[in-house]
Amino acid sequence: MINVKELTKRYARTTAVDHISFEVGKGQIVGFLGPNGAGKTTTMRMLTCFLPPSSGSATVAGFDVLEQPLEAKRRIGYLPETPPLYPEMEASEYLRFVGKLKGLSGEELDKRIDYVCDRCAIADVRKKLLGKLSKGYRQRVGLAQAIIHNPDVLILDEPTAGLDPKQINETRDLIKNLAGSHTIILSTHILPEVEQTCEQVIIINKGKLVATDSVRNLQARARGAESVILEIAGRNGTVEPTLVQQRLVKVSGVSNVSLKNQQDGRAIFEVESQKGQLVRGDLARAVVESGWDLNELRPASMSLEEVFLQLTGNETLAEKAAAKGAQP
Amino acid sequence: MRNAWVICRKELASYFVSPVAYILLIMFGLIFGFFFWNALGYFVNEGIEMQLRGSSFPMNLNEQIIRPLLQNVSVVGLFFIPMITMRLFAEEKRTGTIELLATSPVRDLEVIVGKWLAAVILYSCLLLFTAVNFAFLFKYGNPDWKPLLVGYLGLLLQAGALLAIGTFISTLTKNQIIAGAVTFGVCLLLWVLEWVSGYESSTWARVLAYLSVITHFESFGRGVVDSKDAIFYATVIFLGLFFTARSLESLRWRS
Ligand SMILES: Nc1ncnc2c1ncn2[C@@H]1O[C@H](COP(=O)(O)OP(=O)(O)O)[C@@H](O)[C@H]1O
Ligand SMILES: [Mg+2]
Repeated sequence: MINVKELTKRYARTTAVDHISFEVGKGQIVGFLGPNGAGKTTTMRMLTCFLPPSSGSATVAGFDVLEQPLEAKRRIGYLPETPPLYPEMEASEYLRFVGKLKGLSGEELDKRIDYVCDRCAIADVRKKLLGKLSKGYRQRVGLAQAIIHNPDVLILDEPTAGLDPKQINETRDLIKNLAGSHTIILSTHILPEVEQTCEQVIIINKGKLVATDSVRNLQARARGAESVILEIAGRNGTVEPTLVQQRLVKVSGVSNVSLKNQQDGRAIFEVESQKGQLVRGDLARAVVESGWDLNELRPASMSLEEVFLQLTGNETLAEKAAAKGAQP
Repeated sequence: MRNAWVICRKELASYFVSPVAYILLIMFGLIFGFFFWNALGYFVNEGIEMQLRGSSFPMNLNEQIIRPLLQNVSVVGLFFIPMITMRLFAEEKRTGTIELLATSPVRDLEVIVGKWLAAVILYSCLLLFTAVNFAFLFKYGNPDWKPLLVGYLGLLLQAGALLAIGTFISTLTKNQIIAGAVTFGVCLLLWVLEWVSGYESSTWARVLAYLSVITHFESFGRGVVDSKDAIFYATVIFLGLFFTARSLESLRWRS
């Protein structure tokens, strides 16, 4: 659906996007991840034919953004960083205007307006002035205008930026619901967003492509050895962490045991194995044989944040994130 | 060009939901009304004096009221043009809605023509507002209506030209006040350029006078359609819209 080759954008002083190539297949939902200033907005603007690339090429739905911009635009729904709303218009009037711009008319337009109002849960503000809407509603009207012409490709620039947690969840659910019928690229600098909404992730930093893979693979890739979280309780209501630690280190294949938390006679450890060693079975046996209760044993999934920071080469931050992420 | 009409309707709607259009209408109406009744009072006064003196100087509504009034409108219009065009693109750039227009399957030219057309239509509304006063003349007098129509045509052409320039200037900045101020300066300059012909007759002076938009209105004011003047206005409209298109394009390449 989207095919980007060596795409580059130079501004007077900076190279905002530097020879980026990637592909997005039909129906995928892809996270475009990078810290502020990474070049996400610039890339999206090139994909939506707003900015011409300095070099390289991009095709969307089979149409080159430079050669056939009108055809490409017809198949793209775009939500810029700030929703492009006219404050003096009513929501329904605005959607009608955008629908006409996208080439809809008559009964079809009426139907699509009803549909997107329903889909984006903005039916109750149809007659309100856009300038008077709350941030969450503005974002949803922005999404509604992006999907009004039922585009093949949806390009969303930081769709949840500036929303409160409840609105963020609502918007994410909405985007996930849209995924079935559209190919979606959404940009974000917030990692959990990608973990929660996307299947694929494209990481860029300082204009350069850092990684592109499925979310699951990336997590695995950044984690060399297996790492497990154990929760252990003593039979008599107390547990001596140092004793447990000493026992666990003796299990073959274990390279490191660290105490994460201790509370009410329970202790939580993170155990790292040496590369290529599966230690879960042995760990469980060791715990039970020593007379402790094993309350929980699960793989510690590395948060994408750690992956991301590792990949973008920010190690001290990566360690901090790791420490934070491992807390229960 | 369906898209141009969609854009035009949207612009008109936003003129008329905000107070802008009404303020312009009322101000224009008041100023013109003042001119009109002033001219009429003068006319009537002169008529009475002539009768008292017993002379029978021919009185002519067209020559003595309509023509000078149309000239006045053409100057007063200069002051209203910037207020009509300043927001056209500057506001879209400021709020980021330009991104919506630029990523919709619409040609730049359609956007430009739509916006310019909306400005011309709003200006026509101002003119229509003034026509009410003239209706009064037709009720009580017997002026010739053809020169009046030609005069209005001239006003529209002149406004079309200045509005095209204003539209262009509005693409240059995000700040509509700046766009308005610059447009106002340019309009004023295009008016006073004509003054050089008062004391100079060199080629330069003639070129400057030629560029003055006001001089080209004179023929229309007399009720004559001079194709040279019509072509002048048409050229300015074309150039204005052409440079608007270039400006939008370069905006993308630069930014
Ligand atoms: N119009 C512009 N002119 C010059 N530099 C720009 C412009 N827009 C963005 N940049 C620069 O390009 C880089 C990437 O910006 P952007 O694409 O907005 O990043 P992101 O959306 O990932 O935060 C930044 O360093 C930014 O300063
Ligand atoms: Mg951005």
